[in-house]
Amino acid sequence: MNLDTAFAALADPTRRAILARLAKGEATVMELAEPFEMTQPAVSQHLKVLEDAGLITRRVDGTKRPRRLAKAGIEAMDQWLAMLRTALEKNYDRLDQVLAAMEHKKGEAK
Amino acid sequence: MSKMTLKSEGDKHVVVTRHFNAVPEAVYRAHTEPEIIQKWMLGPAGWTMPACINEARPGGKIRYEWSNGKSKGFYLTGEFLELHPYSRIVHVERMHLPDPTPDNHIETKFEPDSGGTLMTMRMTLPDAQTRAAMLSTGMEHGMEECYQRLDGML
Repeated sequence: MNLDTAFAALADPTRRAILARLAKGEATVMELAEPFEMTQPAVSQHLKVLEDAGLITRRVDGTKRPRRLAKAGIEAMDQWLAMLRTALEKNYDRLDQVLAAMEHKKGEAK
Repeated sequence: MSKMTLKSEGDKHVVVTRHFNAVPEAVYRAHTEPEIIQKWMLGPAGWTMPACINEARPGGKIRYEWSNGKSKGFYLTGEFLELHPYSRIVHVERMHLPDPTPDNHIETKFEPDSGGTLMTMRMTLPDAQTRAAMLSTGMEHGMEECYQRLDGML
């Protein structure tokens, strides 16, 4: 995934909304056009930008071409959860030390 | 025993649990007293918290500022909604990178657990689309390097 292209793609609120919809499962152009009150060509244009950015992929199903989130796109979105985990684990390991020191101090005061 | 768990609950919630070998009062104080917070709430190695405001009362303000001495730092602001010493804290917070991220609503519980404390933190997070936007915001403001360093630690 090209990050510059991906962020340019994400800069548009409609495209973010389309991604949010696809996060719930795959959808066809028609299914996407309806809730967004957009014409199918307009939706197709947004989908092309998202596809070029590597955020979504298409599947062939008869005459339909349902779109879904690309794995890399999902990973990028949830990457910050991994960051959160790392930061918290480090913080709490440090807090263990701080709490041990607080306990030690209290013991000395007695 | 002290291993942290982090689980997502549906689309919008993340629940973190962690056991500490200290009584709830101590763990609660470590989350509300600035001079203690500044010792541990630091994130990746090399970062410090030069400024810490924590007005531990309903409506009280939170402001944490981080710096690594080199790149532009970032900060967090928030407000306390509820405080029940030494068992429960409810607050909202947001990061400033420097544009603010959407509010993260957090409930933190401290329960006695085999001589220590079981802490449970339940976050109500923005939806997938906002998370994507947050990620892009962070990257735009030069956080990428920081993320990569974190990746290396995973």
